Order: sequence, then structure tokens, then C-alpha cells
Amino acid sequence: MSVPSRPLGRSAWWNDERSRELLFQALIVAAVIAILAYLGHNATVNLRRQGIGFGFGFLGHEAGFEISPALIPYTPADSYAYAMLVGLLNTLLVAAIGIVFATVLGLVVGLLRLSGNWLVARLALGYVELIRNTPLVLQLFVWWKLLQISAPGPRAAWQVLPGVFVSNRGVALPVPEYDPGFRWVLAALVVGMLASIALARWARWRQERTGQPFPVLATALALIVLPPAIVFVALGAPFRLDMPQLVGFNFKGGVTVTPEFAALVVGLVVYTAAFIGEIVRGGIQAVSRGQSEAALALGLKRRHVLRLVVLPQAVRTMIPPLTSEYLNLTKNSTLAVAIGFAEFFSVANTILNQTGQAIEAMTLIAAVYLSLSLGLSLLMNVYNRRVALVER
Amino acid sequence: MRSLKWFGFAVTAVLGLVWGDSARAGPTLDGVKSRGVVTCAVNTGLAGFGMPDQQGDYKGLDADTCRAIAAAVLGDAKKVKFIPTTTQQRFTVLQSGEADVLTRNTTWTVLRDTEQGFNFAPVTYYDGQGFMVAKKAGIKSAKELDGATICVQPGTTTELNLADYFRTNRMTFKPLVVEKLAELENAFFSGRCDAYTTDRSGLAATRAGKASNADDYVILPEVISKEPLAPAVRHGDDEWFDIVKWTIYAMIGAEEKGITSGSVDEALKSEDPDVKRMLGVTPGIGKALHLDEKWAYNVIKQVGNYGEVFERNVGSRTPLKLERGLNGLWNQGGLMYAMPFR
Amino acid sequence: MAETAQAAPARPPSAFRWLRANLFNTPLSSALTLLVLYVLIKVVPPLVDWAIVNASFTAPNEQACAARGGACWAFIAEWYRFILFGRYPHDEQWRPAITVLLLIVSLVASCDRRLWGRPLALLWAAGVIAVIVLMGGGVLGLPWVDTDQWNGLPLALILAVGGLALAFPLAVALALGRQSYMLGIRAFSVAYIEFFRGLPFIIVLFMAAVLFPLFLPPGVSIAKLWRVEVAFILFLAAYLAEAVRGGLQAIPRGQYEAAAALGLGYWRQMRLVILPQALRIAIPPLVGTFIGGFKDTALVIIVGLFDLLQDVAVGTNDPSWRGAYIEGYAFVAAIYFVFCYAMSRYSRSLEARR
Repeated sequence: MSVPSRPLGRSAWWNDERSRELLFQALIVAAVIAILAYLGHNATVNLRRQGIGFGFGFLGHEAGFEISPALIPYTPADSYAYAMLVGLLNTLLVAAIGIVFATVLGLVVGLLRLSGNWLVARLALGYVELIRNTPLVLQLFVWWKLLQISAPGPRAAWQVLPGVFVSNRGVALPVPEYDPGFRWVLAALVVGMLASIALARWARWRQERTGQPFPVLATALALIVLPPAIVFVALGAPFRLDMPQLVGFNFKGGVTVTPEFAALVVGLVVYTAAFIGEIVRGGIQAVSRGQSEAALALGLKRRHVLRLVVLPQAVRTMIPPLTSEYLNLTKNSTLAVAIGFAEFFSVANTILNQTGQAIEAMTLIAAVYLSLSLGLSLLMNVYNRRVALVER
Repeated sequence: MRSLKWFGFAVTAVLGLVWGDSARAGPTLDGVKSRGVVTCAVNTGLAGFGMPDQQGDYKGLDADTCRAIAAAVLGDAKKVKFIPTTTQQRFTVLQSGEADVLTRNTTWTVLRDTEQGFNFAPVTYYDGQGFMVAKKAGIKSAKELDGATICVQPGTTTELNLADYFRTNRMTFKPLVVEKLAELENAFFSGRCDAYTTDRSGLAATRAGKASNADDYVILPEVISKEPLAPAVRHGDDEWFDIVKWTIYAMIGAEEKGITSGSVDEALKSEDPDVKRMLGVTPGIGKALHLDEKWAYNVIKQVGNYGEVFERNVGSRTPLKLERGLNGLWNQGGLMYAMPFR
Repeated sequence: MAETAQAAPARPPSAFRWLRANLFNTPLSSALTLLVLYVLIKVVPPLVDWAIVNASFTAPNEQACAARGGACWAFIAEWYRFILFGRYPHDEQWRPAITVLLLIVSLVASCDRRLWGRPLALLWAAGVIAVIVLMGGGVLGLPWVDTDQWNGLPLALILAVGGLALAFPLAVALALGRQSYMLGIRAFSVAYIEFFRGLPFIIVLFMAAVLFPLFLPPGVSIAKLWRVEVAFILFLAAYLAEAVRGGLQAIPRGQYEAAAALGLGYWRQMRLVILPQALRIAIPPLVGTFIGGFKDTALVIIVGLFDLLQDVAVGTNDPSWRGAYIEGYAFVAAIYFVFCYAMSRYSRSLEARR
């Protein structure tokens, strides 16, 4: 007689894999919610006991403090929300300038590291090792101190060029004054840029058809420079510089780059460039030697090999770690709080202390930086997808 | 679906457990007694108010106020723990419970008293905001500071008053805002800013403590705001607030009665009923404050009366050389007035 | 008969040929070499003058150093104990010194492959307990020292090494969770990792120092050191998780399938087959994250903990040594450099070995 068989079908629920998974997930989610609820409860009790309210209404109150430098017109009578916006613009400015210059310097450093010249390669290695192995905040302090103590007071400022003054308040630079005619110059510039893009497209089409190269670079340069110049002269050359002048204590007019801003940007650029240099070096070394050998065999000159064959392939592998470094630079801009530059975190921190609304302020700060990180990653992902290898 | 039901049950059960808990009041006094120290948030380094010496011991008016509270509560002025805080850290350190009291030359304002959740004890130093400039700049008045770069700390009433003053007088300025006091002072003395603004006592302290030559710097005559500096405690703990409040009044009251740390032992034998009540010879006040009856005696014996504390830290024999002025006793032209010990 | 090409006979090495090949091989290279040599000649002798020749190694105060015009290493000679150990009681400073040695030994021992596995875990656990007992005291006859006074180098090492040790299990869990097929787990892991990687570290530190106490029950307070340690753990876990995930993704699917075919359950698969391989691959980014974490300990100056930089600030606040901040910064930079460079050499040697 055969062994009585258990009816086929589902076994007990605690053995069923699917329901075990669900239970496990439910427990995790419940645990997370429980922890959050517990924390929220404690916070409510603590805040209520001290009589501190919760709400974002304080954002509309008057700020009362001054922010310098401010990219948009700001007075202490403006609201806290507007003050935060001013700080955010400062952060974005630092991030934008920092990313551009760090990439350029990083590219140079990476190429120098691969140089055949022993001295240059060793120096680049020394720079990279020194910068990468010391904390950024320490480097910022050093740059800030150097910039503070190296220049004299405004009354004894060095005049490097007519209109350019260097003092311990920063570098005062002349700025062109706005004139309505500039709109036409700008329009001519935009037209020239579009025309040169079209020209490049046409030249590449013609080269693929007929094999004849076209001096695109020179023509494009002419297209970009000449029309605006012609328009400018035609309008009577309306060019006035807003020159900085020593009025009382500081320079009025033009734009002044403060030592804090300069220290922050220089420190961030130098630090991030060391990391970018290593990424560039790794990217270039990842391109197989066969590629450059084949390019040389085809008769390309060495500099063309780098520009036309090696770098385009290297860029593809470099983009994800480069994205990471750009994000790091943006996040490291918060170190400005140590050297007195009014970027977003410093302003938000001041507001936190003036109003006592710690939870709301920190939520806003976290939300802003998360959005910045997310935005930057998305942008770089779009670019990454465009240059990614399209396999068959 | 079954799984969703399970999920819902689990969440509800957990939430029910959590929300059922009621608020527990946490008296600061209990915490202080169990920890055995009074924790005070003080300045990172302001001469005369809160400044660590070579051994790391904090000296100053605010530090002595903290010691007085410790003497009152624990009977020993040495049972203190100091937390150095910057202007941006001081309120959160008090709010979070890390410190029991904030004795850090902090101005009493309505918003701090209400919205930010603090209670202010009696003022220990009546002050006002001023400006300090280098003598060689040749400035004689604050109204000449149009367009100047001014060093200021963030998160202070100083910052706000500065903006208001310049707005009212239709002048502009560029702020240099640095959180760390030492860095800010360095920036001013290196010439990065034209002027430094804070409470006038702070200006005197910075000049005495940090300037290579104090005569090269001059404090301008304008007083642009009222800055009553007072210790602060958290909302919601009346018992602790009363203790801190009456410790200050004990110090002022002792000076009113002429009792010093040297003469307090003799004052124990005094026939004055006020003195007997204050020093605990007539019991009652200590019990009302939930303290030992000798609380005020300990304060005066171990720390001194208000006048002694003032002279020791910021008086004419210290580098700060501050006059009593508004900080003198009420019957001598000042504002120091102790409430009755009855 | 084919003639095979032969390489030219090797010429004996000489300095002149080396110079020609390495420094002067192309016109551009020669120009660069000359430029660099010029800059070096301009910069190095004054630097050597300042740092060594005119430097004062013993001096009563900064003004005496300034009189000689060189670096004021005397500041370091006088203050080095304060910079390294901060406000730790003077007589008990042998305790943080031993702590530092203990932590360094733990780190170095972790590099040896033979110890990986149970003996290492035991060593770490014992190390953690030993550190807390040594630094804090209160038992075994050691006087109690408040966590406020754990300053300087021991603080940096405790934060970084403790953070790494406790973040590591969490990171492995998060990395596994991120690859899980269970939606709830995956969503939570992704949210956690993206949250902490998107925030600057200073914000996380601020949250730990400022917000954390608000979320504790009234009357309960945790020392700032431990709150900051939690911040390090939570933050490092996200970055370590990404490094481990990279290692997990490098394992071919065949390994997972073979382990499952052997009848191993999920956790057994991970512990015996997948994780050992994945972690070995992930070591370079793991070490990189640790180096970053160690450098980030310098940021605690912003939340009021006394690390090496803050100790230097206190030292230069002393009226006798006001101008000596460059020497102080150099000393601190040297300390960080030694640690970070050693770790990056180790990581690079691992990469080369594979």
C-alpha cells in the first residue's frame, strides 16, 4: 500500500515563501514607522513643554540681518525666505564656478600626471597626494589666512591694472555698465553662435560626403567675434566701465571678490581638482594602448591622438566618478560656514538661531541640498546616456 | 488581501503603544542633583565674562554666576561643568537639555523669552551695543561709518541692531560674519574690517584680551541699543527658574546689605531680620526653593556678592576697567535691585 | 633564410641619458623642465630658510620666533600635548596615548588577510571595550574622565574607527537590501542610501548635535560625543553600502546560482560564498571611504567638539603664541597626512596585487 499522501497544494502559511516575504517587509516597515512615530512624539512633547511652536510661518517674517555678497538686491527688511534665496544663489555660484575650474584644473593635473617628463609627473603626484590626504577644512583655513594677511588695507591697495585693486577686502574689478545697446550685441553674439553650430554640422556633412576638411574652428571664431564687434562699433561703441573707486572705507563701484569667496572657491577647486586629476588619469589609462598605437599608425600627430581618439573614449568611463566629484564639491561648499562666506547653509543657520525653529529650518536645509544633489545627478545622467556606447 | 490586513494590524498596534505614553516632566533640579554638577553654556573665550585660563578653568562674570548656582544647589561652587558655545550653538545647547542654564552674555529680548522658549533670570549686566575702530582710522563717531566693513557674529541681536541702525541713518555697510569669536577678532585686528560691533563690555574685553596695544583702538561714543545680559533657562521648569532667579537676587541683596564673602560668617550673627532670612538663620526660604537653608550663605561665602564678582572680573583693577555705571546698586544710581527676601 | 630583427644592445645606464629621456625628450618637455626648475629655485630656498634654517625650536613665545624670522616650531614643542590630547587631564594622558596605539594596531591588524574572519571580529569587539574603559575610566581604579575631555587625536580615531566598525554591518545589510527582490526592503535601502549620500556631512553633524536631543524623551540626554558617533555611523554606512554594492555587482550570477544549487539558504549563501568575494573586490572603495571619513573628523570643530584643529585654535589664542597658526596647521596636516597616506598606500598595494 502506498504511503498516504498529503494533498498537493500550498503548505502552511509560515512556510510559504511569499507570505514570509510579505511578513518580513511588513515588520520592517512597521518598525520604521514605529521608530519615526516615537521620535515624533518625543519631539512634540519637548517642543510643547518649552512653548516653542511648529510651523513654517516664520519664513515670512522680516530677516533683520544683512548679507554680503548678495547676487540679487537684498535688504534686511526682506523676508527670511528671500534671505534663504540669496544664500542659495551664492551656493549655486560657488558650485558653478567651482565645477568649471575644477574640471579644467583636474584635466591639466591628470594629463601632467601622465606626462613623459619625470619632474612634472612627480610634482603632479606630490600635489595630488598632499591635497587628497589632508582635510578640506584645514586647507580652507590655510587659504583664508593667506588671502587675509597677504594684502594691505584698502587705503594702501595694490593697483595691478587701471581699475583693478587688490586689498585685504578682496579684489575690486571694473564691470561694464549696462547700456540698452548691449541687447543688440548679445543678439548678434547668439546669432553668431547658432551660425557656427550650423557651420560645424554642414562641414561634417560635407567631409563625410566628399572627404574635404573645412577650417571650422577659424570660421566659427570669426562668426562669433565679428558680428557682435560690428554691431558694437555701429552703435557708437557704448562702452563704459564701472570703475571701483576708494570711497571712504571700501571700493564703491565695480565688483569686489572678497577673500572669503576667493578662499572658498580656490580651496574647493584645488581640492576637487586633485580627485578629478586621478579620475582623468584612470580614464585615459583605461583606454587600451592599441587605440593610440593604431591612431599613430594612421599618421595622426600626437596631440590629435589625444584629442580625437583617446579623450572621447576616456570621457565615457569618467562621467560617473566625475558626477560624484561634482556632487562632493557642491556639498563641500557648506564648509563656508567655517570661514564666514554667506552661502545657503550659513544663512539658514543664522535664521535657525534667530528664530529657534530648529526642526523646520533643518528640514528646509536637508530638502534644498537633497534637491541640489538630485538635480545634478539627473543632469549628469542625461549627459552620460548621450555619450554611452550604443551597442548593437 | 491578507497581507495588507496584517500590515495594518501591526502598524496600529505599534502606534497605539507609542501614543499611549504620556508626557513626563523632567525637572532640571532632579537632573542636576543626580548628575552632581550644574552644566552651564558659556562663551568660548571672552575676557571678563567667560574665558578659560591656562589650566582650562573658566573665569569671568558668567562663569561666576554659574558657580553661584552650583553653590546654591549643590553646596559646592566647584561642582560645575562648562560647555563653551558659539553664538550659533548657545540656544540649541540649552534647548536640547545639554546645558542646565545659559550664562553667556545673552541679551534678554521678547522673542527669545516667548517664541524661542526661554525664561530670563535677572539681568547680571546692563549693557549697550557699540563700535570699536582703530585709532589711526581717525573716526570719531559711528555716523562716519558709511560704506565700512563691519565684523559681527551671526545669530545675535548685535547683527540685527547693526542693520537697523544703518537703515535708520541711511548708511550702508558690508558685514563680515564669522561664527568663531577668535577668528572674528583676528579679522578685525588684521584690518580686514574697519569696525567691530558687539556689546560695549565685549568690546572692552576684546581690546583688553586680544589687542597687541590697547591704546591703538578706540570705542566710539554711540550706544546704539539696550543689551541687558541675563542668564537663561528653558520654559516649563518653574522650580529651576526660581532657583536661578533668586541666586542672582541673593548676590545683589548681599551687596545691598553690605555682606561680603569675608564678612558673611559674622553676618550669621546679625540681628537684622532680612539678613537672618536670607542666610537661612531664620529657616523657610531654602525650603520654599527646594534647597538647603544655607543656600545663600554658600553662594556668598564661596563666590561673593554681586559687587565682589563685578570687581573681580570686569572692575577697575582688571584690564577691562569697566565702571559700575548702570550696574551699580539702585540706591547708588544703578539698576541692581534685589527683590525682598520674605 | 629570414633575417630576424634584433633589438639594439642595451647601453649602460648613465645620468646624462636618463636626463635626456625623462626631462628633455621633446622641446615642450624641455621648456617645462626649465620652467619647473626656475619655479623651484625661487620657492624652495626661502621655504627651507623659513622652515629649518631660521626656525626656532625652543623659544619662550612667538615674538621671540618672529625676531629670528623663521618658523615657530617652539609652539609645537610647547603645545603638542594639548594639540594631541586636548583637555584630557594631564596626568592621565597615558590613557589616550595607549588608546591611539590600540586603534592603530587594530587597523593594521585588519589589513592582514590571515586574520580575516572570527579572530578579527573578536579583536575589534575587545578593542572597542578596551577603548571605552581606558578613555572613560570609572572602573579598575582609573579615575573617571568625562567624554567632553576626549579631545584631539584619540577623538578623531574613535569617531572614524568606531564609526567604520559599527557602520560596516549596517552597510552590508543595506547593500544586500538594495539588491533584494522585496520591494519594501529595496525601497527603504534606496531611500536611506540616497538620503545620506545627498546631504553634506556638516548637515548630518548638525542634525546629530542640534536635532537629535529634541527627539529623545524628556530627561534623557546622550553625550555629544556619542551623538556625533551615531552621525558618523549613519553617514558612513550609506557610502560603505555603495562600495559593497559595487563588489556585489561584480560577482557573476553563476556564483549565486551555484550557491543556491548547493542548497544553501539566503543568509548562508551570502555569508559563505558571496560576501567574502564581494568584500575582497570592494576593498579599495571601502578604504577610500574610510580615508574620507577620517578626514571628516576635522569637521566636528563646527559642532563644538574639540578635535586637533580646535586644539590648535585654543593654542593660538594664547597671547604668547598668537601668530603661530601656520605651524599649528602644518602639524595637524602632517598627522592627517601620515594616516591617510598610509591607508591609501595599503589600498593601492591591494589593487596591484590583484
